[in-house]
Amino acid sequence: MTPHAVTSSGRAELQSQRIRAAMWFLIPMIAALVFVAAYPLFRSIYFSFTDTSLTNLYAGQWIGFDNYLSWRTLPSGRTIFKGTLVDPAWWNAVWNTVRFAVVSVTLEAILGMMVALVLNAEFKGRGLVRAAILIPWAIPTIVSAKMWSWMLNDQFGIVNDVLMNMGIISQKIAWTANADTAMFAVLVVDIWKTTPFMALLCLAGLQMVPKDVYEASKIDGVHPIKVFFKITLPLVKPALMVAIIFRMLDALRIFDLIYVLTPNSSATKTMSIISRENMIEFDKFAYGSAQSTLLFTFIALFVILYIWLGKVDLGGDKK
Amino acid sequence: MKIVKKIAFYLLVLVIVVASVFPFYYAVITSFKTGTALFEVNYWPTSFSLNNYYAVFEQGEFPRNILNSVFIATMTVILALLMAVTASYALARVRFRGRGLLLMTILAVSMFPQIAVLSGLFEMIRFIGIYNTPWALILSYTIFTLPFTVWVLTTFMRDLPIEIEEAAIVDGATPWQIIVKVFLPLMWPALVTTGLLAFIGAWNEFLFALTFTSSNETRTVPVAIGLLSGATQYETPWGIIMAASVLVTVPIIIMVLIFQRKIVAGLTAGGVKG
Repeated sequence: MTPHAVTSSGRAELQSQRIRAAMWFLIPMIAALVFVAAYPLFRSIYFSFTDTSLTNLYAGQWIGFDNYLSWRTLPSGRTIFKGTLVDPAWWNAVWNTVRFAVVSVTLEAILGMMVALVLNAEFKGRGLVRAAILIPWAIPTIVSAKMWSWMLNDQFGIVNDVLMNMGIISQKIAWTANADTAMFAVLVVDIWKTTPFMALLCLAGLQMVPKDVYEASKIDGVHPIKVFFKITLPLVKPALMVAIIFRMLDALRIFDLIYVLTPNSSATKTMSIISRENMIEFDKFAYGSAQSTLLFTFIALFVILYIWLGKVDLGGDKK
Repeated sequence: MKIVKKIAFYLLVLVIVVASVFPFYYAVITSFKTGTALFEVNYWPTSFSLNNYYAVFEQGEFPRNILNSVFIATMTVILALLMAVTASYALARVRFRGRGLLLMTILAVSMFPQIAVLSGLFEMIRFIGIYNTPWALILSYTIFTLPFTVWVLTTFMRDLPIEIEEAAIVDGATPWQIIVKVFLPLMWPALVTTGLLAFIGAWNEFLFALTFTSSNETRTVPVAIGLLSGATQYETPWGIIMAASVLVTVPIIIMVLIFQRKIVAGLTAGGVKG
């Protein structure tokens, strides 16, 4: 019995040695993340409860929720509300962000799935097509914003030229400057740039579907569209859902594309844009911090909701 | 019927390829145009003048901006990989309490909006005294490169069989020796992929670069291109902008095409398996 006891105590010793080493291995990363993420996040939230200004970061006084909402009753009996929660510009940004995120991610998922289905088929030149769709993904966002704002240019843009020649529009449209079309322009560029990412994730999901499933349904003579909705989609759904949530979180914080493509257009101003604008450009540092805190809360709630709903769904699957 | 189907399929393929490639192609042909030729819409290359490229290098600080971007992205990647290799070994190969929670936290950090830390980071960067230097960006880029590299390397290491470690443990190797002698040689492909993806992320970043630098000499390439403009909307130097865009995009596209398979694998490891 003795040798056995020795090995098991040796194993326990080894395990605790490994855990101690693991702690040391983790410390640099955890320290870095506390330093660049946790602490700045805490400070940003703190700033949102003060009246700190950009020019003097340390002179801020604690003012509670005033940046979010405050009210004062005038002698005349009228109550005046102030703060970002009653700021129409903020709610406009919230609406723009949500609208942008929902529309872009939905279309990207549909188009990405279509592209993935094409790439999943066997045909000559598939490798070339896959390389081609990686190009929009590889181009820096700022560069794609500039490229497209040149193509969408009202006077000299190729998009207006093509549409005029085809007779779809009768006069040139200022796509990025016009309030009615600015959001459309942003959506086009975002979808162009990000559909490849969706397509690649969908393709990875599609390739995990065993081939014999398709062969069996072919023998049974099931219509391809039915095969897609009844077999392929349910099998790819987990991968697709992960891709959608990643994209959704990305879309909710969008900044660079809109900053360059449609600067100062209230039709496309998102939560990130308005928050930075207040913080850095309008010298309302604390007010901007309140808005960034709201965006953070919004995204955190979205993630929690998703995880919670995801769990519910998993429970359903187990039945 | 079969022929029609085949033609329709190839038409779809053609649409996908043209839609993907055309904007970049158009930027390239625009970058070779100067003067009034810029303002004629052409579908095919009509002129070949390198003047815009000369202008990019002669006017302003563009060469300096490229150096800034290369330095910042390289340093960010090196730092992230150094910390990520040991951390992901601990997360993937050692069982300890709170491991799942830690992994979820790391994933959460990689997902949260950069604007949420902007004012806090701004204060910190001012406090340390690195505002308007490359270090401000190297520090702040860690917030998205580190969680990403840790996450991908952890999924990679977790899939390696236990046997490769066992022999080393029996020989009495320390965890540090195991990482250096056993895992590092196996991890080169994964390190190249994650390093490349982190590099692209740092190369393309805009919000921090815009906020934490304030002069032409310290800007990175995306900010320099984003802020390139004439006095009015009608004076925008489109030819120069397109030349600069092509210059910074070509290296990335070449890298992506060379490492195509690896990048796709890395992206899907970060996404699907998560």
